[in-house]
Amino acid sequence: MNKSNLPPSRFELEVPNKLKTEEMTLSMGPQHPSTHGVLQIILKTDGEIIDSADPRIGYLHRCFEKHAENVTWHQVIPYTDRLDYIASMNNNLGYVIGLERMMKLEVNERAEHLRVIVAELNRIASHLIALGTYGLDIGAFTPFLYTFRDRERILDLFEEICGARLLYNYIWVGGVAYDALPGWRDKVLQFCDYFLPKIKEYNDLLTFNKIFIDRTANVGVIPAELAINYGMSGPGLRGSGVPYDLRKIDPYSIYDRFEFDICTGRGEMGTVGDCWDRYWVRVAEMYESVKIIRQACEAMPDGDAKETVPRNIKVPAGEYYMHTESPRGELGYYIISDGGKTANRIKVRSPAYSNLSILSSIAPGVMIADLVAIIGSLDIVLGEIDR
Amino acid sequence: MKDYFRNIYQAIVTILIGMGVTFRHLFVHAVTIQYPHVKRELPARSRQKLFVNIDDCIGCFQCARACPVDCIMIETVKAGKDEDLGETSNGQKKRLHVVKFDIDMAKCCYCADCVFPCPTECIYMTPDYEFATYDRNSLLLHFAKYSPEQVKALHERQEKEALAKAQAAKIKAAAGTKKPESET
Amino acid sequence: MEPIIKVFFNFIPALADLPNWLAVTLIGVVLAVGTFLYIAVFTLFGVWLERKISAHMQDRLGPMEVGGWHGWAQTIADTIKLLIKEDIVPEKSDRFLYKFAPYVVFTAVMAAFAVIPWSKKFIPANLNVGLLYIISISSLGVIGILMGGWASNNKWSLYGAMRSAAQMVSYEIPVSLSLISVILITGTLDMQEIVYRQSGTLFSWNIFHYFPFAFLAFIIYFIASLAEANRTPFDLPEAESELVAGFHTEYSGMRWAFFMLSEYANMFVVSAISAVVFFGGWQAPFGFLNFIPGPIWFLGKALILVFVQMWIRWTLPRLRVDQLMYTAWKVLTPFSFALVLFIAFWKVL
Repeated sequence: MNKSNLPPSRFELEVPNKLKTEEMTLSMGPQHPSTHGVLQIILKTDGEIIDSADPRIGYLHRCFEKHAENVTWHQVIPYTDRLDYIASMNNNLGYVIGLERMMKLEVNERAEHLRVIVAELNRIASHLIALGTYGLDIGAFTPFLYTFRDRERILDLFEEICGARLLYNYIWVGGVAYDALPGWRDKVLQFCDYFLPKIKEYNDLLTFNKIFIDRTANVGVIPAELAINYGMSGPGLRGSGVPYDLRKIDPYSIYDRFEFDICTGRGEMGTVGDCWDRYWVRVAEMYESVKIIRQACEAMPDGDAKETVPRNIKVPAGEYYMHTESPRGELGYYIISDGGKTANRIKVRSPAYSNLSILSSIAPGVMIADLVAIIGSLDIVLGEIDR
Repeated sequence: MKDYFRNIYQAIVTILIGMGVTFRHLFVHAVTIQYPHVKRELPARSRQKLFVNIDDCIGCFQCARACPVDCIMIETVKAGKDEDLGETSNGQKKRLHVVKFDIDMAKCCYCADCVFPCPTECIYMTPDYEFATYDRNSLLLHFAKYSPEQVKALHERQEKEALAKAQAAKIKAAAGTKKPESET
Repeated sequence: MEPIIKVFFNFIPALADLPNWLAVTLIGVVLAVGTFLYIAVFTLFGVWLERKISAHMQDRLGPMEVGGWHGWAQTIADTIKLLIKEDIVPEKSDRFLYKFAPYVVFTAVMAAFAVIPWSKKFIPANLNVGLLYIISISSLGVIGILMGGWASNNKWSLYGAMRSAAQMVSYEIPVSLSLISVILITGTLDMQEIVYRQSGTLFSWNIFHYFPFAFLAFIIYFIASLAEANRTPFDLPEAESELVAGFHTEYSGMRWAFFMLSEYANMFVVSAISAVVFFGGWQAPFGFLNFIPGPIWFLGKALILVFVQMWIRWTLPRLRVDQLMYTAWKVLTPFSFALVLFIAFWKVL
């Protein structure tokens, strides 16, 4: 990559009299409070300022793709839960829709609505974690607890509908694993009413706090061109001002029926594509998700959500690439079937992996504290990066 | 200069707003519960510990096949000709002795994939989540009701039957190989 | 030390018979041990209070089990655990400095207790340059932190230590300048004298003098003292999410506990100085409340300020290093200079 394409480093070092200073190599992680799991970053620093950052991944490798070749089509679904363990519903959804399109399977209307509701609830839950841990990275502890308090409500809803709180295995080929109990929809709507004022609370406490803005605005600016070159997606890319949201651009499931906006970063507090923009896109997306959930709850028909679940999954030989918008970006499953009982190959294009890869090009020239802010704003999940 | 004072003003105002939020929360009731003293009632669908109603099990291996992590181990012995093992609660006839039905909860991934294929609905997940132990071996749940002696006896009988069957087959085969010759 | 010595002599007449140097030394030892015990108890209480406050601000309950009522014995249990913990010294560290550093930090903080007036009679050492003494002694702690961070032979510790040095040295200036504006008001450096000058009602407290200048001086002092005590939003030396644990990354057990002791003692010291210098020390806000003894007023005022420190900690994010320096040099220092000037002019007028 051409050096001139890099964003200008913010701290140009001026060493008087060409004093020779030595750079320090620093291993940040895999046990570090703010690497969001087991990411290791080899830093070369000059005082507080970073010369180069080299992410090392693989500490959480669990052979997803090899597993997927050895278990049956249906048994892959619990494994997809464990990719991006914060947004399992969205992971299930991508894989399952991919299989359905290969099988040319029509899905029950009620199941489609339930899928959208749980996927959007899960998106809110995932963004809540992103917000909370971002506050933690910046040094504010309290918003983290508030976001977890509200995420807990979503998990309660999930527990009620499918029995699990983290790894749902809920969305199945042809439908969903469990139909919603009567009253569940009202609880979801109640949650929406409860949740919107809480976003204002996070904004008061964190988003518009001057210190927070100073820490994040104009930090880690990713220009749109650079973001596209690195294959970024999700809030990372939208934060740079590119309106790229697969729910709108290549609608899957029944997203084309709902009214919502694509949120993009506008550089309100600093430059377009800075950490604050990426953060703000997540906040704004929570509003949009609530919108979608409300519409889906209104439109959800009665019926049996398990009606179209096939007893045996027979995937015709062929290939399909299914991409969906997970909370972290474009989650792709490239599925190759030879018509057998198991997949020939399933390749996962994980959004967090591409989003992380940009780190080494925007890190030079920022401070250690900024690096923490940048990693937090990319909202990586190592389970998905290492697979 | 204007920016300088505006920054200071904004900093003070937003800090005070934030402090207002946290101060209000000082008097809000805690959302947490004191776990061992207060226990949440989990919804009926909650997926925690697996349970097998072994009386209803017909030994069809569907659950073991569905399991993505192979944590269910089943062993069956065919019932004798005049043995009646009874029926399951939904009226299916039991034809197999389920001599071993072990579930290793340490391996279990709580996906509940085993629950759905069961024809007699005898394996299901319960909301019982308090089964942490000091010994990993005690996470291996045994559901079969047969004593080791019974299992041994059943196995011996099965082997005997298999032997007898094999001999019969041999004789039959021997007879069978002769037959075509005579036909031609 | 004269008044306190007299108090001791009154209580234990036998002391007066001893040679003077011995009596003074004995009293000094007793006072030092008493201060240490007070710091230990205050830390136990402070840690518990911080846990409870943070918990309630975050819709939690905090420790509830140990000891019964709201887990009041939790910190005692933690102390026992720290005491019996293995004292791990990293192999490649500078052993002597590593072991010595926590005590340097602690001594520097504890020394500040010497000039804090608790009541009319009780002030361990009634120096006539008390305020100056505090300003100078409180900057000693940074040496201990630097020692600890460097001796640990850990890069994160080193970062924490360097940040701490830069931060403490910078924030000395606004602290001193805002205290100077008070010195201008009262015209004395003697801590006890400062308290006496504020006697009367609430409105004769320094904070209401030359309104709003003294009030602004208090705000500046408070902000800068947060940085002096390494509290959020200025907790860069131990910035958890950036530097793991900053200068005490490698410390464990009792040595780590000493860092904790000095942190909480420091919180109390800076609050106590605010209480003395701006809020009338041990004086009651109104005359009719005089029946409540002075130490209670003093402690109450200090603890309210400690609460505010905790409140801020659980609300705000952390600044970055350059923003920290910006705040010190470009905001607090000019403002405190201006305040000194304004108050001086007002006084002349």
